[in-house]
Amino acid sequence: MSIEGENDHWLVRPQTIRWLWTGFSVVLALIVVLQSVIKVKGYFGIDAWIGFGAVFGFLSCVGMVLVAKGLGRYLKREENFYDD
Amino acid sequence: MIEVLPPVLILLAAAVLIGLTRGQLRSAIVLISPLITLWAVWQVPDGVSMTVDFIGYQLEPVEGSALRRLFATIFSLMTFVGGLYAFRHASALELAASYAYAAGAIGVAFAGDLITLFIFWETMAIFSTAVVWCGDTPMAGRAGKRYAVMHIIGGVILMVGITGIAVQTGSIEIQAMRAVDFASWMILIGLLINTAAPPFSAWLSDAYPEASSTGAVFLSAFTTKTAVLALILLFPGEPVLIGVGIYMIFYGIIYALLENDARRILAYSIVNQVGFMVCAIGIGTQLALNGAAAHAFAHIIYKGLLFMSAGVVFYRTGKRKCTDLGGLFRTMPLTCVCGIIGALSISSFPLTSGFTTKTLISEAVLTEGFAVVYFLLAAASAGVFLHAGIKFPWFVFFQKDSGLRPKDAPWNMSTAMVLFALACIGLGVFPQPFYALLPYPVEYDAYSPGKVLFYLQLLLFSGLAFFLLLPAMKRTLTITLDTDWLWRICMKLLANTLLGIMTAVNEVFSRSTYLRFDTMRTWARRHWGDQGVFARSWPIGTTAIWISVLLSGYVLLYYI
Repeated sequence: MSIEGENDHWLVRPQTIRWLWTGFSVVLALIVVLQSVIKVKGYFGIDAWIGFGAVFGFLSCVGMVLVAKGLGRYLKREENFYDD
Repeated sequence: MIEVLPPVLILLAAAVLIGLTRGQLRSAIVLISPLITLWAVWQVPDGVSMTVDFIGYQLEPVEGSALRRLFATIFSLMTFVGGLYAFRHASALELAASYAYAAGAIGVAFAGDLITLFIFWETMAIFSTAVVWCGDTPMAGRAGKRYAVMHIIGGVILMVGITGIAVQTGSIEIQAMRAVDFASWMILIGLLINTAAPPFSAWLSDAYPEASSTGAVFLSAFTTKTAVLALILLFPGEPVLIGVGIYMIFYGIIYALLENDARRILAYSIVNQVGFMVCAIGIGTQLALNGAAAHAFAHIIYKGLLFMSAGVVFYRTGKRKCTDLGGLFRTMPLTCVCGIIGALSISSFPLTSGFTTKTLISEAVLTEGFAVVYFLLAAASAGVFLHAGIKFPWFVFFQKDSGLRPKDAPWNMSTAMVLFALACIGLGVFPQPFYALLPYPVEYDAYSPGKVLFYLQLLLFSGLAFFLLLPAMKRTLTITLDTDWLWRICMKLLANTLLGIMTAVNEVFSRSTYLRFDTMRTWARRHWGDQGVFARSWPIGTTAIWISVLLSGYVLLYYI
């Protein structure tokens, strides 16, 4: 795979992708840790907790993807469904 | 009374001239007329500056205010950049239709009364249908028909409401109202149909993706945003709109997540973004209305940019399905970068226009203390990043190597995209001059460190969720049923069933009564046919005798 990857665009080489994952993980950790320095103003109590935005954003997305998957089970049709 | 040149006339004249000219002259008209319109927009003073008498009503075709100029400004800018994007590729018919459509939007922006609003509203309906048809495929033809029917129905409902208001109050002024009686509800429903609110949301994702790559750019800008302006003018603070807006927001996200067609993903996300504006109008405070107006302005730019980016891909490859695309960043770096900037803006990433405008809406919600609405909007912001912010660029430009190696955008398309990409960043980095244009004074700092950090957490962890959930989001060759099922399948079944029943009844009926019916017909012909006693012509003398007999009879009776 790595030999194959050598010829490809640098952005899609497995090494670059590994590096990107590491980089982003550091950034993600950083923006949560930063909250101990920069105060996030809480309007309803809970939203001032450390990492609230992170957890809330993550869980909302998981929720929405699950709802979409669930609805898709009933609402998805073949592409030519409406061929009239 | 005419004090200013109505800006709408410039674009209407341009639309006609585009049809009459060709070559460089036509290109010049396409590029210059929106700029003249922009100039004219800024000549319109506050208040009514033109009146016309019409069937006993005083029409006010030009009424200015900060809000109206703001919308007319972005409509003119959009027309310029859209024209630049399209003028070398779109047919004269499509360009003319697009410009007449844009003229309708400018007309609505300055309409001082409900009748003028209606006239330009319908102008938009007609010419936007023409733009859809310029997609020039059988699919576009059928989608355009459905689109036209939907907007005609919306127009009729709006007209019913306007007539009701005119009869009840005797006034056709545009002024804030509440949906309290039949007439005001009809107006509200008529407007909401154009915002693609439920249950009519399906028309948008049905029609826009079928237009040409240039036509979709125009379509994405005008219809829904003029409806947003009309809602701000007519129904600020109408509580129903909060619920409607939130439904639209989540509808857009869920359907975009299920969608495979890149341009339909963008269409769903229009509904999603307009949902934010509708919700803000429902809140109705000055801050909220500022937020709705500012977000509409920013939205036209980044959504236009996203449709341009998807349009270049469609123009170069003829493909629009995520399953057929991927890896295009290799040969289309500029289109890719512009698409990403549009995607970050729509996700309200800090330093983009979405951040400085959408957070105005969140701030308005906070000020009113609506906790549930606030958390729903925050979740939706995460969802926007998920369905449009990452999904669109990822599946089109990265994902897998589709093997496609198309050329990047032609120079005019590139220039148009770069202009809007710069505008996205400009509004994001320097929001204050823009805030000064908003209808109400703004004292708001978008970049407090805490807020930026909160949004970064929200968005970046949504990004993490996207990549972790990628296996669950594998694209399939499917479409998703929507309310248009009701009129595309259900109504058809109903019509066919009714037709079957009527044919059967007709057959039975006509067989058993054929003889009787035939006798009746002969009898009728004898009396009323061309030689019948009641129908044939009589000599004048006979008529005179009859009249004198009747008259003398009457006189005789009178004396008795």
